[in-house]
Amino acid sequence: MTSPHLQLVQLARPSTKPKVMVELTVDGKSVSVPEGSTILNACQALGIDIPTLCWLETLKPVNVCRVCVVEVEGARVLVPSCSRTVEPGMKVKTRNKRVDLTRKLVLEMLASSVDLSTTPGMSDMLAEYDAKPERFGECETVAQPVKVDNNLYIRDYAKCILCYKCVEACGDDHQNTFAIAVAGRGFDAHISTEFAVDLPTSACVYCGNCIAVCPTGALMSKREWDMREAGEWDESIQTSTDTVCPFCGVGCTLTLHVQDGEIVKATSPLDHDITVGNLCIKGRFGWRHVQTGQSAEQMSADRANQSTSL
Amino acid sequence: MEDTDVILLWGSNARNAHPIWFHHLLKGVRNGARLYVIDPRRSESAQWADVWMGVHVGSDIALSNTMAREIIRAGLHNKEFISNACEGFEEYKASVQSYTLEVGEELTGVPAEVIRECAHKYAKADKAMICWTLGITEHHDAADNVLALINLAILTGHVGKWGSGLNPLRGQNNVQGGGDMGAIPNRLPGFQDMMVPAIRERFEKHWGVKLQPTPGWHLTEMIAAMDRKELTALYVIGENPAQSDADANHVQHVLSELDHLVVQEICMTKTAEMAHVLLPAAASWCESDGTVTNSERRVQRCRKVVEPPAGAKDELWIINEIAKRLGKDLNIPDPETVWNEFRTVAPDFAGGMSYARLDEHHGLQWPCPNENDPGAIFLHDRLWKQGAERGTAAPFSVVKHEGPVEKPDAQYPFTLTTGRHLDAYNTGVQTAGYDSPLSRGETLDISPEDAVRVGANTGDTVRVTSRRGSLIVPARIDTGLRPGLVFMTLHYPDDAMTNVLTINASDPKSGTAEFKACAVNVVLATTAIPAHR
Amino acid sequence: MDIKLLDAEATPEERQAVDARLGEPHAAWYGTQARTTRELHVAFGGKDQRDRRHLLLPALQALQERIGWISEGGFNYVCERLTVPPAEAWGVATFYMMLSTQPRPKRVLHVCDDIACRAKGAKALCDELTGQHGGPLPHGIGKGDGHAAGHAGNGAAPGPHSLARRDSAGRIVIDDSHGAWTTSPCLGLCDVAPAALYIEAGPTVVERSLGSVDGDFAMGLLGGGAEPDDVLASVGPAKETQSTQNTQTTAKYHTVTGCLGEPRLLKRIGVVNPTSLTAYQMGDGYEALEKAFELGPEGVIAELNAAKLLGRGGAAFPTGRKWDAVRQQEATPKYIICNADESEPGTFKDRVLLTGDPFAIIEAMTIGAYAAGCTRGYVYIRGEYPLGAQRMQHAIKQARAIGLLGPKIMKRDFSFDIEVRRGAGAYICGEETAIFESIEGKRGEPRNKPPFPVSHGVFGKPTIVNNVETLANVIPIILGGGAAAAKIGTEQSAGTRLFCMSGHVARPGVYEVPMGTTLGELMELAGGVSGSGKLQCALLGGAAGAFVRPDEMNLRLTHEDTRAAGVTLGSGVVVAFDDTVDMLDMIHRIAKFFRDESCGQCVPCRVGTVRQQEALHRIAAKKPHGSVQDELALLEEIGVAMKDGSICGLGQTAYAAVESAIKRLNLYPV
Repeated sequence: MTSPHLQLVQLARPSTKPKVMVELTVDGKSVSVPEGSTILNACQALGIDIPTLCWLETLKPVNVCRVCVVEVEGARVLVPSCSRTVEPGMKVKTRNKRVDLTRKLVLEMLASSVDLSTTPGMSDMLAEYDAKPERFGECETVAQPVKVDNNLYIRDYAKCILCYKCVEACGDDHQNTFAIAVAGRGFDAHISTEFAVDLPTSACVYCGNCIAVCPTGALMSKREWDMREAGEWDESIQTSTDTVCPFCGVGCTLTLHVQDGEIVKATSPLDHDITVGNLCIKGRFGWRHVQTGQSAEQMSADRANQSTSL
Repeated sequence: MEDTDVILLWGSNARNAHPIWFHHLLKGVRNGARLYVIDPRRSESAQWADVWMGVHVGSDIALSNTMAREIIRAGLHNKEFISNACEGFEEYKASVQSYTLEVGEELTGVPAEVIRECAHKYAKADKAMICWTLGITEHHDAADNVLALINLAILTGHVGKWGSGLNPLRGQNNVQGGGDMGAIPNRLPGFQDMMVPAIRERFEKHWGVKLQPTPGWHLTEMIAAMDRKELTALYVIGENPAQSDADANHVQHVLSELDHLVVQEICMTKTAEMAHVLLPAAASWCESDGTVTNSERRVQRCRKVVEPPAGAKDELWIINEIAKRLGKDLNIPDPETVWNEFRTVAPDFAGGMSYARLDEHHGLQWPCPNENDPGAIFLHDRLWKQGAERGTAAPFSVVKHEGPVEKPDAQYPFTLTTGRHLDAYNTGVQTAGYDSPLSRGETLDISPEDAVRVGANTGDTVRVTSRRGSLIVPARIDTGLRPGLVFMTLHYPDDAMTNVLTINASDPKSGTAEFKACAVNVVLATTAIPAHR
Repeated sequence: MDIKLLDAEATPEERQAVDARLGEPHAAWYGTQARTTRELHVAFGGKDQRDRRHLLLPALQALQERIGWISEGGFNYVCERLTVPPAEAWGVATFYMMLSTQPRPKRVLHVCDDIACRAKGAKALCDELTGQHGGPLPHGIGKGDGHAAGHAGNGAAPGPHSLARRDSAGRIVIDDSHGAWTTSPCLGLCDVAPAALYIEAGPTVVERSLGSVDGDFAMGLLGGGAEPDDVLASVGPAKETQSTQNTQTTAKYHTVTGCLGEPRLLKRIGVVNPTSLTAYQMGDGYEALEKAFELGPEGVIAELNAAKLLGRGGAAFPTGRKWDAVRQQEATPKYIICNADESEPGTFKDRVLLTGDPFAIIEAMTIGAYAAGCTRGYVYIRGEYPLGAQRMQHAIKQARAIGLLGPKIMKRDFSFDIEVRRGAGAYICGEETAIFESIEGKRGEPRNKPPFPVSHGVFGKPTIVNNVETLANVIPIILGGGAAAAKIGTEQSAGTRLFCMSGHVARPGVYEVPMGTTLGELMELAGGVSGSGKLQCALLGGAAGAFVRPDEMNLRLTHEDTRAAGVTLGSGVVVAFDDTVDMLDMIHRIAKFFRDESCGQCVPCRVGTVRQQEALHRIAAKKPHGSVQDELALLEEIGVAMKDGSICGLGQTAYAAVESAIKRLNLYPV
């Protein structure tokens, strides 16, 4: 027999009330998703592929890239599937001439102004929508020199599509450091520190959580950037293995990416409820000590040298 | 953490020391939790607080007792919970009677009405948490400090339920796991009490050896034993006591007097330099397999990611070999075997935590007795139950304010307290190797008022002297400090070995030294810091 | 929160300016220099401090007004006072064009070169200034720069016009003996074109709207001439009355209002002293509020619904429904915002109401607050309307003094107060959700809708946002009854409407006409076509509107008729262009306007407005990429993507005027 609780205390995790399900139609297929889901969630449930750039499951949707737009019956304009919540009876079309045109133009606008050479999946996306950025001829771009002002990571804003992910990760979605923000306006809008000071002068704490969410490689660890510059970076031969960070008692899962027996990058899984993909400077970059690890011989030699000074 | 109403972050600069945990705290804050930070320094964490309570170093018991008295006076204690689940309330109540708000203000420095507000908000909250770190435990009365916080939690019933509780944040990635496995002087694996004959017998039967019915020594007790020449041989695994322990000059002295010092390390440390035998080891977190337990009791897998440097051996291999040379082949093939043995000897604790399940769930929180158990998000919900289900009552503990052993005086007018930088870890053995742009090395952080008094500006070299040692270090003005309080880390012992200053006044119950408070003097140095540093 | 400040100190003037706006710092931790013993043991902050973020823009404006630009030290002090992370504050400071993060002299003349002023010689004025004084100050900051485009160094090096240098101690020194000038988008002074806004920073900032500006006058100001008078400053009754068609010139110099039929919205303009509450009450002032109390909230809303009042800001949403939706929300507090960020090129009707009849706006907001249960109101006035802001602030103070704002209004169990917030040079902040962001102390980036403002408005709470003219309609509707109001105009477009007549019309000004009046009648009311006397075309509805041809003078000005014709009433703009105007130049200015004013948030608008501008220039330069036809097809696709894919109305309408120039004016024959 279980004894009654002393008082009405909520002992366990508040059981999430069974969510009201919302039924809608996507591309003629009926689907039920929990209330509060986005159209994108519904599409994912149906296995319908929606392109995204500024969306990430661990960040609040900002719906700025507009590549995920879909047509909702009755809506005056296309709607961003990443942020628009479902409504009962909604009729959604994810592909038609109208949707494809806007997606194509968005991709062309980005590809004509930004270096997308290190954006995973971009060439497929451009092909899928028959995007031809060269249609715009000679045009303004965001080309600018890469910023290398510290040894941990670089900022190559010529590759920035202004998806706001880094700002969100640095801001109140995760890190709450607010070292960077969108500055300027219109086409001149860009990610910046205050007065564009370099990172070491800024509030940056080098958690690298911005790198982790950057979809284009505009933010990249210095190590990866150096290896790419040297033509040595090769993801096809890299392995990644999960372990636990050694630097405090929180127990962050570290996914260590190894190429040719060397750690080249540390990330954390997005679906881990401790880190939600985030790390701190020690976890993200502090693994160098095993890389520069002394061999037993070196340790002995060190000891021989130093013991004299004891 | 993310779903609570009041958070007392006590003696913790988690923003720096536990950055990812602090993300969760901030989610709670963004969700509306009221945050109190109790810390002598207005640290990075304290700057997030709705109320920062800048206590005098070592006045935590005074604050806690004052809050308790106010809660009881205002009738805000959880009477039903206390009568059901606790014992010793009357004695406790009597013991805090003298801690009026005025006395509390006198002892802690925190204005009476602020203590009152905190006490009321904490007591009235639907859900409330107390979280602490080394600011509570690195004192000569560490265990009493913790008991004082437990008193508050059981007084208000803020334990054993969702969104409430007591949350010690572990400083090292596996300090919890070490305890889990029995690396505590009087405990066997799964925190089983070694002093209980039946338990001891069970282990003796399992292991086929006789266990001594006497507890071992804490680290601080070992140092004292070495000093007495009672302990003459030491096997150190992955620790750098020559630099990490209080009163380092003394520790180095006793280590150097040992007959035999074995050090098992992943890279060269001050302690390793002193070893008679050095055993180069693989880094446990990425060069070998195993498990670690984090602050929330979550057991997680560590995996071998890279090969150790030439000659460095897996620690399990080393232990096997040492056992062999000592005449017994333990014959342990892999870490999973060790883990499964642990599950066998501590089934109530970890029986359900197979490697396969640990993989599947991104780790599991103990206790997890069987393969169907999801693990425990929080403990002590039994206290809300009645009869046999409730189990042992939660005792109130009578604790008294003492303050630090070494108080500032005319000769040593400053209190030195210690803590961590965001980008460094412990004595820097593992974090010295990367190019942190944040790294500023060791500094003596000092209040703007004291900086004027000492005549030092940021960057000027100062000499810091305690009764035990002296060093020179650059000063750095920190507005988070108040006059009389200075701060250093332990991260850069090769530049400035802070622990030559600290006091080895340790807590008899936990064996922790009072790193958080010693008296020092600070003067502008006449000699510059050598250029090569 | 833990923020890291730059290593820069505010000057005493900067501290004073910020403290005057924010009040004295309440603790050493937030800006005072000496620390008390108590403060060394306790600090309050957290949520209370984070909730002060909405004061960021006012604090930055305080620096701008006192010093003329925002230095690192001053900026730092604002961040410290409000605990705003510097990068966040930087994002805000660089969003608003009236804030300068570059050294500037104290006196700056903002010369309008937008369409209406352009039709009246603004381009020549700018050319003259460039020739005689030097080029304009650059706008904003370049990509990845901490400094204005064209300036080198981190706020350090002297720019061509900033006349700034660093002294031996590294401090920035500015030569204030000469002023500087810059171009500006529409200043809402189209009736007195060519117009300018003169701002002189100092202990008491001098802000003056100027009309009929010529080169000599501008050069005089830049050279240190006497402080000019505000062109709109007159409070007295009309100096001259043109009895025909009930037209009056009311302002000190030029402001013209007129109407067909009985004035409803302009009734008091130029007649009742806008600085006197007594004068307002001597008419029928505050009778509507009393009647509203009698009607009760639902009764008020019923009258608005009966009047078929549609929003006058451009979107034409039923006002009664909006109020009712907010009334039905459970969340509190609720807000009512008067959108006085009128920035649509060619629009100045709200300016006339703000400066000429501020009490009516307060009374109407109070009625709205009563009807929907709002406790707090904001009047968000564009930064380019100093007199409007001043008149509103003055009026609010007077109303508060006699209990018409504040607790227990008219001794009823109803409390409501209003605060004026000034914009700082961002057209986008007229978008209803961008206003929220701006009031909250953020970049004026529009939010995606839904959720709508009625449930998730400013500070995430239920909010009414009404245009100034919409609010002005409330008073006569309550006084005269909704049914009577609905009889004016047409079935689908009820009431009267204000039109801003500018460009080549004989009497530029604001005219109130019943909906359904034809464009021709309206033109006639404004004295007909001026300039060459021959109309080439008119821009109807603003930059987000469309061009109409001279053969469309019979167009009835209603929602239904304009929709059928493929144009829009927009914000009631009619800019007339005679046949001497270079329309390609006008199109380029409109394209530049959208490019400049895009917030930059979403891709279709941020890049699309630039690609549109580039294509137009290629065609004009006779260097099309492919054929002109190809370019027009490309423009069409860009336009469709902007319309379909942009977050807000700015991007969605950025192609409208261009499209109408192509399709309705055939400006780009293939």
